[in-house]
Amino acid sequence: MTQTLHTTLLIIGGGPGGYVAAIRAGQLGIPTILVEGQALGGTCLNIGCIPSKALIHVAEQFQQTGHHSQGSVLGIEVAAPTLNIQKSVEWKDAIVDRLTTGVAALLKKHKVQVIHGWARVVDGKTVEVGDQRFQCEHLLLATGSKSVNLPMLPIGGPIISSTEALSPQQVPKRLIVVGGGYIGLELGIAYRKLGAAVSVVEAQDRILPEYDAELTQPVADSLKQLGVTLYLQHSVTGFADNRLQVRDPNGETLSLDTDQVLVAVGRTPNTRGWNLEALNLDMNGAAINIDSRCQTSMRNVYAIGDLSGEPMLAHRAMAQGEMVAELISGKSREFNPAAIPAVCFTDPELVVVGKTPEQATAAGLDCIVSSFPFAANGRAMTLASKSGFVRVVARRDNHLIVGWQAVGVGVSELSTAFGLSLEMGARLEDVAGTIHAHPTLGEAVQEAALRALGHALHL
Amino acid sequence: MGTHVIKMPDIGEGIAEVELSAWHVKVGDRVVEDQVLADVMTDKAMVDIPSPVHGKVIALGGKPGEVMAVGSVLISIEVEGAGNAKEVPATAASEPVPAAPVEAAAKPALPVAQAKPAAAPVAREGDERPLASPAVRKHALDAGIQLRLVQGSGPAGRILHEDLDAYLHQGSAKACMASTPYAERHDEEQIPVIGMRRKIAQRMQDATRRAAHFSYVEEIDVTALDELRVHLNEKHGATRGKLTLLPFIVRAMVVALREFPQINARYDDEAQVITRLGAVHVGVATQSDVGLMVPVVRHAEARSLWGSAEEIARLAAAARNSKASREELSGSTITLTSLGALGGIVSTPVLNLPEVAIVGVNRIVERPMVIKGQIVVRKMMNLSSSFDHRVVDGMDAAQFIQAIRGLLEQPASLFLE
Repeated sequence: MTQTLHTTLLIIGGGPGGYVAAIRAGQLGIPTILVEGQALGGTCLNIGCIPSKALIHVAEQFQQTGHHSQGSVLGIEVAAPTLNIQKSVEWKDAIVDRLTTGVAALLKKHKVQVIHGWARVVDGKTVEVGDQRFQCEHLLLATGSKSVNLPMLPIGGPIISSTEALSPQQVPKRLIVVGGGYIGLELGIAYRKLGAAVSVVEAQDRILPEYDAELTQPVADSLKQLGVTLYLQHSVTGFADNRLQVRDPNGETLSLDTDQVLVAVGRTPNTRGWNLEALNLDMNGAAINIDSRCQTSMRNVYAIGDLSGEPMLAHRAMAQGEMVAELISGKSREFNPAAIPAVCFTDPELVVVGKTPEQATAAGLDCIVSSFPFAANGRAMTLASKSGFVRVVARRDNHLIVGWQAVGVGVSELSTAFGLSLEMGARLEDVAGTIHAHPTLGEAVQEAALRALGHALHL
Repeated sequence: MGTHVIKMPDIGEGIAEVELSAWHVKVGDRVVEDQVLADVMTDKAMVDIPSPVHGKVIALGGKPGEVMAVGSVLISIEVEGAGNAKEVPATAASEPVPAAPVEAAAKPALPVAQAKPAAAPVAREGDERPLASPAVRKHALDAGIQLRLVQGSGPAGRILHEDLDAYLHQGSAKACMASTPYAERHDEEQIPVIGMRRKIAQRMQDATRRAAHFSYVEEIDVTALDELRVHLNEKHGATRGKLTLLPFIVRAMVVALREFPQINARYDDEAQVITRLGAVHVGVATQSDVGLMVPVVRHAEARSLWGSAEEIARLAAAARNSKASREELSGSTITLTSLGALGGIVSTPVLNLPEVAIVGVNRIVERPMVIKGQIVVRKMMNLSSSFDHRVVDGMDAAQFIQAIRGLLEQPASLFLE
């Protein structure tokens, strides 16, 4: 065994949580080593957020062009498009490559030492990569999460996970998506737009079951319009000979012909395979239990991101990583955001920031809930999109805004305004009194606040 | 000019009527804030009605001796400004606490009584999250300030950068930097001593000023007594009610007092007369919501053990609920005071004048005692009693307590005639 290397901070995992922690630690002058077994950027950059958005963009462009070729009201006349999916994947890979290279450059710029290899924890201050041993004062665990597998649908051949779905060799004629959550729907809709016949099997009685029915209705309408078949309250029992067996609510077994099955039933913290057991940390279900400073039950051992449980979102991991680096540098810090936005890049998009009406009620708040439809928003009409709305939840007593939700084309960008208003402690009057540019989708944000105050202007 | 109306206050004893005993002002008088306007009387206490305003008396609501309903108009005062023509809360008259200023309508007539809102740190309720922007939150963490202790001046109580700066300059931050989660407090509250509290204060002061108190403490082995008590409760508890130790002590006092008539007495020090009484009316000190009360078990000498127990329980409940009648609260010849499990090891009870003795009961504890050369565990209880040395000699007091001790340690003797 070679000589042991010493450092102040050792980070396991180079995803959004780990690499951001490393950059910030570098900025603060903390000697830092980052260990990554696969590719910098983690799930998010390589096989998650970024490539899926690229594929969704390709699908959207392809579908729009197809629309135009069939007699567009916009007056655009083109021939029916064809798709070179290999080229699409190359384009996507180039984006991923640019970003991961960028991450490597940023880490280098901040003097972070990146070790490529699989880390194995020895104890709370010792980590091995191959036969190299590292000693650190602070250990940051950021190993992310993995797709949940179903025992009757082992990944391989026609059964794929989101990773394979993001690098298709060809678009299957028929695709069944198992799981009606945001990953399954984002990819299912993209594949439908790329030309596949798509069905979604969901065990619960509606899609996106973690969000309320009012909010998900425009997405359900869109699925219907796109011709995506929904099998709600159906559960998968098996797969053989390109036929997926599902049980319907009455207990009858259906056999669905398909070319591919995409398993998208959620993600689970990546706690296996790197000897985490050696630390014997307190767990919170499948995740590592952390306090408001991302500290685990072992002194100077921190956990961030998906490994520390829900919400499994890259931007949460990044904020936690930044905070942990500052903590280690000796600053007093706490992870105390007012809200962590959640976005589904379905068609239409869906945004949830802060408390939903149900959550506000459950928290014992007496709230005003008010929404403004995009059907009354000029910009939405010019985008040929009229479905969806912006909804605000505010305390009745002092009009403090406690939550925003929106569904509609392009609403993911509204998450910025929503997050800012919650972090700044805005009241309805603050948003209602802010001039929102015309014509933008953001006007619906102002109008929702105005409507909550009882004087919407355009409704 | 406006009119400020003061209504007959609810003095807080669940009563509907109050007797107006005297006026200290008449129509046409000029009154100032806090000046006593009238005395009113309930069963238990005389209460002053002070003026919450400056002004001129324009009407009186009744004559001395008249029984008035709570909430009826007691007095009308002409004040500068708007007055309270329509409504003034009854509490405005009964609780002229400076910390709780009178209704806004009365403000013009209140030049100085406004209490400043405490600029001291505010603790938020439970897990209520302080409202502050991310920059303010970070600044607070850097400065080692707990935001929940900072008063927010922004909309919806939002904590602004200015609030944080003000808090830092206030100096409280120093305490926080030493990483204490405890805020200094600078608030104070003034409680007017009126009603029951004033009555208790007067009586206690009178007793300690006039009587020559001396206390005598003796320990008593109550092992046998407690066994008897437990036995009786097991046998008769279901039908006759549970016995505490108090009825036994009452019984012991009754029996012992036969030999010590000088202790069951009232001393009128103005007339210089001691009245010895055949009847034993035992006052039982009782804590109620409004303060100490002493309801009286009358003719304890004629009561059985369960009779005493029942009466003690009934009177204690009545006193606690402020339902005890004047009759039930007066006429005692000797007093018994007990804090039960809170009894401590020694107390120095204050006499209930004009009585000359008070017997205090301390808590029962198991203690190792030496009996015939053996260490055995016994249930021990102290009696701490006070006497008026002007008329009770030390020897008599000691013998009286020893007699009680003998009776309690040999409980059968309590019932032998």
